[in-house]
Amino acid sequence: MTTASFTPTGIRLENLDKRYGGLYALRRVSLEMSAGECVVFAGRNGSGKTTLLRIAARLARPSSGAVSFLSGSGEKNEAPPPTGFVAHATMVYDELTAEENLLLFARLQGIAEPAARADMLLREVGLEERRNSLVRTFSRGMRQRVAIARALLNEPAVVLLDEPTTGLDPQGASWFAQTLRRLRDSGRTVLMSLHSESEVSTLATRAIRLDAGAVVADTRTGANFRSILAFANA
Amino acid sequence: MALLSNTAVLLGKELRTEFRSRELLTTTVVFILTIVVLFSFTFDPSVSDSRRFGPGLLWLAFLFAASLMLQPCFLREQNNDTLSALRLSIGDPFAIFLAKLAANTLFLLFTQVLLLPVFSILYNVPVLAAFPQLVLVMFMGSLGLSVTGTALSAISAQARMRELLLPLLLLPLLTPVLIASTEATAALLVPNPAVRWDWLGFLLAFDVVFLTALWLFGEYLLEE
Repeated sequence: MTTASFTPTGIRLENLDKRYGGLYALRRVSLEMSAGECVVFAGRNGSGKTTLLRIAARLARPSSGAVSFLSGSGEKNEAPPPTGFVAHATMVYDELTAEENLLLFARLQGIAEPAARADMLLREVGLEERRNSLVRTFSRGMRQRVAIARALLNEPAVVLLDEPTTGLDPQGASWFAQTLRRLRDSGRTVLMSLHSESEVSTLATRAIRLDAGAVVADTRTGANFRSILAFANA
Repeated sequence: MALLSNTAVLLGKELRTEFRSRELLTTTVVFILTIVVLFSFTFDPSVSDSRRFGPGLLWLAFLFAASLMLQPCFLREQNNDTLSALRLSIGDPFAIFLAKLAANTLFLLFTQVLLLPVFSILYNVPVLAAFPQLVLVMFMGSLGLSVTGTALSAISAQARMRELLLPLLLLPLLTPVLIASTEATAALLVPNPAVRWDWLGFLLAFDVVFLTALWLFGEYLLEE
């Protein structure tokens, strides 16, 4: 990964509730993720993983409770940190080329030298030769690479990955695992949701299981890592 | 400054993606031409008929074209969840609305300017005498259609019956814009054309009110 120029940041979730009408997507979720932790959220469909990540990304507002960001020493930060978000949807434009997509988001984020940053990330994700191809002509794996490059444009201190390996072939999943390893080792805080146990899940330093919107197991409180992921598989 | 530069960047994206796919412009131009041609052959209007009914017909065609054009405005952002990427990238989401609003206005204006000569030939109404004034009226009317339509498109994109919801909300809300635009256009198609500043003032007020509302509440329209 590129040379780190981010401030290590932790995340605290306090009594988070998220309701859609009468349905609870999240129920009294209280968690603290330290700066540099790589946390995997496991659980069945509808267990609240995506909602939790979208609230952490400030894309959704909790019905009650609070999200705060912590400095490396554990103090609350007033300003939210730069955040990178990768979801199952690629969050890039099919009608733009890989390079145009990165330039667009780099300019919107006010990055000083957008062309240089886009160029560097395209090389990092191995798409420099297809930089001028429209994203709609890409395979699922290539699209995911553009998505990751987009998420890393602003040197994020927090990286949120919502089922990032869905639809990837084994080669793509392996490439993603290497990328995740580099992200984790660079000291970024990584939160990801996964459906099932995989090469990617073994890179996590902590696993949390969600069920019906509530935290039901956490390796920090003694739960077994493998059983959390195995349960999600079931 | 960040708002304006982000708006410019996003407008560039809107224009680039549209001119590559040509989805909206092609559909709208074909649709609007079909309406105008069909009506001209059905009624075979005289010059005086055209002057009486032409402006209303034109703006009705523009309204339908606008509802067709505005529907995908935010829906397209949902395909790959690009709206989330935009929200994560910019501080003030009003830039998203401004860019879409500017793009929609430009597309509508382009369609209208393309249609005016066709209308003039088929309905025997000279438009060259007051062409700049007509463009001004079309711009103000298009802005009104776009401001309201962009806001409603953001609302309807998140609803379940979205295809039905947008026209349902759009048509009654745009009635004042249609009346003002039709009256201002009619005054320019008569033998001695005159600019109706009262109707233009009304359009300006409408645009300002809706733009202010969009600026104040736009952020909530994009929330999940």
